[in-house]
Amino acid sequence: MVDQDILIVGGGLAGLAAALYSDPGLKVAVVSKVHPLRSHSVAAQGGINAALGNNPDGKDDSWERHAFDTIKGSDYLADQNVAEMMCQKAIPTIFELEYLGVPFSRFPGGVIAQRPFGGAGFPRTCYAADRTGLVILHTLFEQSIKRQVKFFNEWLVTKLVVKDGRCLGVVVFDLATGQLMPVKARAVIFATGGYGRVYLRTTNAYINHGSGIGIAYRAGIPLKDLEFVQFHPTCLFPKNILITEGARGEGGYLVNNKGKRFMVDYAPSAMELAPRDIVSRAIQTEIDKGNGFDSQYVHLDLRHLGEAKIKKRLPGIREICIDFAGFDPIEAPIPIQPAQHYSMGGIDVNGNCASCVEGFYAAGECACVSVHGANRLGGNSLLDTVIFGRIAGEEASRYVQGSKAEEGEKILFDEALEVKKRIENWQHKDSGIKVHLLLDKLKVVMSEKVGIFRNKKDLAKALEQIRAIREDYGRVFISGKCLRYSQELVNILEFDSMLDLAEVITLGALNREETRGSHYRLDFKERDDRNWLKHTLVTYKDGRPQIKYKEVTLGKYKPEARKY
Amino acid sequence: MEYKFRIFRFDPLQDEHPYFKDFLYETTEKKSLLEALMEIRNNQDCTLSFRYSCREAICGSCGMVVNGNFDLACRRDLGSLQSSLIVVEPLPNLEIQKDLVVDMQPFWDALYKIEPYLFPPEKIEAEGFRIEEKEMEKIFQFVNCILCGCCYSACPVVSRDERYLGPASLAKLYRFVKDPRDKRPYKRWSRVDTEGGAWGCDTVFKCNEVCPKNVRPADGVEGLRRKLVVERIKQFFRFKR
Repeated sequence: MVDQDILIVGGGLAGLAAALYSDPGLKVAVVSKVHPLRSHSVAAQGGINAALGNNPDGKDDSWERHAFDTIKGSDYLADQNVAEMMCQKAIPTIFELEYLGVPFSRFPGGVIAQRPFGGAGFPRTCYAADRTGLVILHTLFEQSIKRQVKFFNEWLVTKLVVKDGRCLGVVVFDLATGQLMPVKARAVIFATGGYGRVYLRTTNAYINHGSGIGIAYRAGIPLKDLEFVQFHPTCLFPKNILITEGARGEGGYLVNNKGKRFMVDYAPSAMELAPRDIVSRAIQTEIDKGNGFDSQYVHLDLRHLGEAKIKKRLPGIREICIDFAGFDPIEAPIPIQPAQHYSMGGIDVNGNCASCVEGFYAAGECACVSVHGANRLGGNSLLDTVIFGRIAGEEASRYVQGSKAEEGEKILFDEALEVKKRIENWQHKDSGIKVHLLLDKLKVVMSEKVGIFRNKKDLAKALEQIRAIREDYGRVFISGKCLRYSQELVNILEFDSMLDLAEVITLGALNREETRGSHYRLDFKERDDRNWLKHTLVTYKDGRPQIKYKEVTLGKYKPEARKY
Repeated sequence: MEYKFRIFRFDPLQDEHPYFKDFLYETTEKKSLLEALMEIRNNQDCTLSFRYSCREAICGSCGMVVNGNFDLACRRDLGSLQSSLIVVEPLPNLEIQKDLVVDMQPFWDALYKIEPYLFPPEKIEAEGFRIEEKEMEKIFQFVNCILCGCCYSACPVVSRDERYLGPASLAKLYRFVKDPRDKRPYKRWSRVDTEGGAWGCDTVFKCNEVCPKNVRPADGVEGLRRKLVVERIKQFFRFKR
């Protein structure tokens, strides 16, 4: 049996950061369902925030200002102590990334370049053109080669094994062999990313099914604030490929079918650089009012930036427009619409990335620390992955050094056998429902009823429909008999989690009778701090979700109205 | 529009020989090759295997050969192929694991060999490096590489000489050698001063032709050669003195 001191699940930024900062004396391995460089972190574009003050307009920036912007942007749902910690650590983290090899863009004088981003008081987003995720992921992967990190690629984790409140390991499905295997680990770190593909329209990669979050939930770990789903304002129509916030940071305009920069009606001082929740609602409102094009999109106009700036600062965006939509943004405006982009909520962990289960940690998008609260600021997710990935690696190392090796092989084998039986059950059926049809149904429910604008009636209906799809899930089958590289089996296994996540998102949204950050209730349009300044916690117990609430850690920043 | 897809199939554990299987595919919308493959898999044959992830030409998963051309499946619009027959094959010169899924291990092994990471200076400035953008610009071309493996798979030298590191790894090494922050000692990177390294290239530039990200890996190989020659001369005079 594969036996590790620390097993990291996920090879994106958080997973690789965890691996690099785990104690090198321990047996550490990264398990990923794809090669690490194929992780969705690679698609991040615009940048990573740190109050370096390199931009001439950002001389007065400080980590405290960064923390304030993050907390205000979160609509005061972030835990202020951890948000402050992240923003303070941001500055040395950027220099460290640079020493690891990240090729940041520069300003005259040779310092790291910084551009304005949404919801930020100063231009503090460091970037490498518009390929910041690509260069940081490749750099951390390079460092993991240097450090000889062990990788198990194309292994899908199907179960987290917990006994008496302690983590024993996981069960994995090896795509190359089609076999199930128990893997023993004294500590497990989940860095499994988001669940964007639960929605019809998403910027996320095809692989972002969110099964890591669902697996932790089924192991009894609560999910926190899952109703807070970020919709990115500018996604290329109709494929929903991300068009970075950096495009607006560099000066791009949002324009409706009347030629008007409509943000003046929604955020008169921040304009296009209001936080994402506000800009997404503004765009959707314009489209719904009939001010969009083909009732589906508005324009992001970069033409006035000029050819030189677009080629230098936004070459990736230009390439995406040419390759995927057949036009050049130097010559034509970009058709954009909002789409699901990020999960503020996730596996409930504290500032040390530790969960309620001993030896189980989570970091990055799959986790909820919480630093993003009800709405994440652009440029803070890469920061989150690198900082909390590292903390998870360090904390898990500390835990392993102080813990006794656990027996548990028998339990792990039994759990693997149980998963194997489930798979055989799907294989033995000659007919039934194909899982992709259910996924198509679920996505439509989530996009139509649990989207940018929400109300009680739709949310209740969505919950009903999700539970009906759950019934149908009992009738899925595997039509192909060979399990090697069977994407069909991967989808069946992961769909179980997707149903759970859809249910938890919807349940949290239905219960939360207020509007806060990305969670906008048409029937409760105001933020309600008296009743709802608290985290949602949903736990899987007795075969169903149970909902509880937890205090937000407040600090020196008192909740105030969010005006931009 | 109606297409006939002719897709390479092979399960080395079951099939004696690879074969092609035909699928009819109809669509009224603009679709990428990857979207079409996914629909064919979902609706016609769930055992069809291929890799994919980002669907926006940045993760490097879905390199394959389409009507004879190397491409990322996600990036290729079906209409642009201007053919109703679409022949899909896996990346050549790599072992088939199943259908369009190939074993990329030799490609990764080559990458590991060149020590593809920054050798930073010993003295670390607390406030970071001071480097002008035009210094960094020298490496941006190579930083765009997504390690999809198309160039490696297409390279005629790789196909006949297993020692050859291939275009992507050599271009990656050049990216570090040219990085103004990198202090890698000459003896570490001069290991590529061999036929299996920088001198193995045939200069037929197949890599430049097939690269879906316009990295032009051969520029990196040529750059390494120039740099090796210059360093050799420097070393020679240093030795003489």
